[in-house]
Amino acid sequence: MTHSLTLRAALVSVSILVVFLLAWHLATRGTSAVQQMDPEYAKLMGLTATQGKSAMPGPLDVGAKLWEHLRRPFYDNGPNDKGVGIQLAYSIARVALGYLLAVAFALPIGFLIGMSPLMNRALDPFIQVLKPISPLAWMPLALYTIKDSGLSSIFVIFICSLWPMMINTAFGVASVRREWLNVAKTLEVGTFRRAFTIILPAAAPTILTGMRISIGIAWLVIVAAEMLVGGTGIGYFVWNEWNNLSITNVINAILLIGVVGMLLDLLLARATKLVTFPE
Amino acid sequence: MTQKFISIEGIAKRFPAASGGITTVFEDLWLSMQRGEFTCIIGHSGCGKTTVLNILAGLDETSSGAVIVDNQAIEGPSLDRAVIFQTHALLPWLTVMGNVSYAVSSKWRNWKTPRVRERAQKFIDLVGLNGAESKRPAELSGGMKQRVGIARALSIEPKIMLMDEPFSALDALTRGTLQDEVRRICQETDQTVFMITHDVDEAIYLADRIVLMTNGPGAVVAEIVENPLPKERKRHEVHKHPLFYPVRNHIIDFLVSRSKSFAQEMRGRHDPRHVPTVRPGTEPVVVTDSNVLRLGGHTAAH
Repeated sequence: MTHSLTLRAALVSVSILVVFLLAWHLATRGTSAVQQMDPEYAKLMGLTATQGKSAMPGPLDVGAKLWEHLRRPFYDNGPNDKGVGIQLAYSIARVALGYLLAVAFALPIGFLIGMSPLMNRALDPFIQVLKPISPLAWMPLALYTIKDSGLSSIFVIFICSLWPMMINTAFGVASVRREWLNVAKTLEVGTFRRAFTIILPAAAPTILTGMRISIGIAWLVIVAAEMLVGGTGIGYFVWNEWNNLSITNVINAILLIGVVGMLLDLLLARATKLVTFPE
Repeated sequence: MTQKFISIEGIAKRFPAASGGITTVFEDLWLSMQRGEFTCIIGHSGCGKTTVLNILAGLDETSSGAVIVDNQAIEGPSLDRAVIFQTHALLPWLTVMGNVSYAVSSKWRNWKTPRVRERAQKFIDLVGLNGAESKRPAELSGGMKQRVGIARALSIEPKIMLMDEPFSALDALTRGTLQDEVRRICQETDQTVFMITHDVDEAIYLADRIVLMTNGPGAVVAEIVENPLPKERKRHEVHKHPLFYPVRNHIIDFLVSRSKSFAQEMRGRHDPRHVPTVRPGTEPVVVTDSNVLRLGGHTAAH
């Protein structure tokens, strides 16, 4: 075997996918034997009983529907019938807004905590209490105070992205190597310049790791938040399609959520790579 | 008496011990250096050499006493005192040029980039690293990294260079080359240098004066060895000089036995303000030699 590891791994991946799709297809093929029944009675029965079809869509149905979605991702036929592209765009926009807002708060506060042992001690109890709260628990309070469902979901994203970033920033800043700080000291570098030219680059890999964890959590939470507040977004789409009993669309949405989540993670992984330095 | 450029006046370093008492690293330590002088400090680990260097650098504070440099008491770190760290302490996210430029632009804050780079380039060339400007520290060998550290320290035109075992992490060959370069550069620029080392040969080759410290805690400066070798010396010839071995033996004797038993040897006669200066091999040094002999017998009896 002279194939590279990547190639062999890809081969195994494809094999697993093929086996999975085949098993799925066979499992949802349905029974061919259909009982003869009274048409009135048949109306009350599901497709399994009347046409021998499985209630669970097979990979071919899902594939066909996915193709349909991907061909027209941005159509808009009113509030309950929008293309998945539009729904994903809503979700991504909310995540982006809440996340950037969190960055704007988490980085300075994290710096403060990391640089000042006093603030570290003083803020620690608040962080310890606030961190384990499920972001959705904030939703009623957000709806009550903000009085806007869209803004409330952005707030929920903000609050869930905040903690990993803040904690990682504080940790990264606090654990900058002493010798680098000593270099800054002997060169009489001021606090501000030291923060930007020594601490920031030194802590950047740790900070970016926190940001990567945060974007993952934000993308998990947005689906749940949109199921709650409704209106638009991929989370709302999933719940709407569940109400329509379109399992095909639910599966499609699950797939798309996974792909977008992966892309967001990939984006942050790239950014992390940019600021990582070899030692 | 010649004018003192650096004067360490009765400094002490104490810190609370884990057991609840107070650990004294050293107490009432006096030492002075002249401009353009190369001083090496030798002593066993834990005697507080690095603490003395850090205090000189302004990175550590004294528990009492003061350090005066160029007629001014030092308060914290300063661009006048450059430090060459044992572990290079290069900023790994910057290139060689970036690391040296960072120091240059810290000293001359209103300089424009081309001027900063020009000066940085001058010192990169001086340590023989031209061609490696755009490399990052991770791509350099240990010797090259330390060259960058030296270039960075020299580029800010310090009044004093403080070196904390700068060559200890290097292989013997690289160490030799770098010693030559440091010696050449320091002589050309008439630098005042304070250096910590564990290597007796290195101290004899580089230093004008070698400060011997006893073991800690409660370390004292036992004596100052004035290097009797001529100022013009070559690394490959230095060990052939008739005075080389007297100096070397004197220092090694100190490190092997006297550094431990110095307190007994002096029996309270040690005056930290007037530490004896010796020139082994050039004068009959009665006091020192008899001490060595007596103590040698004393230690052998154990």
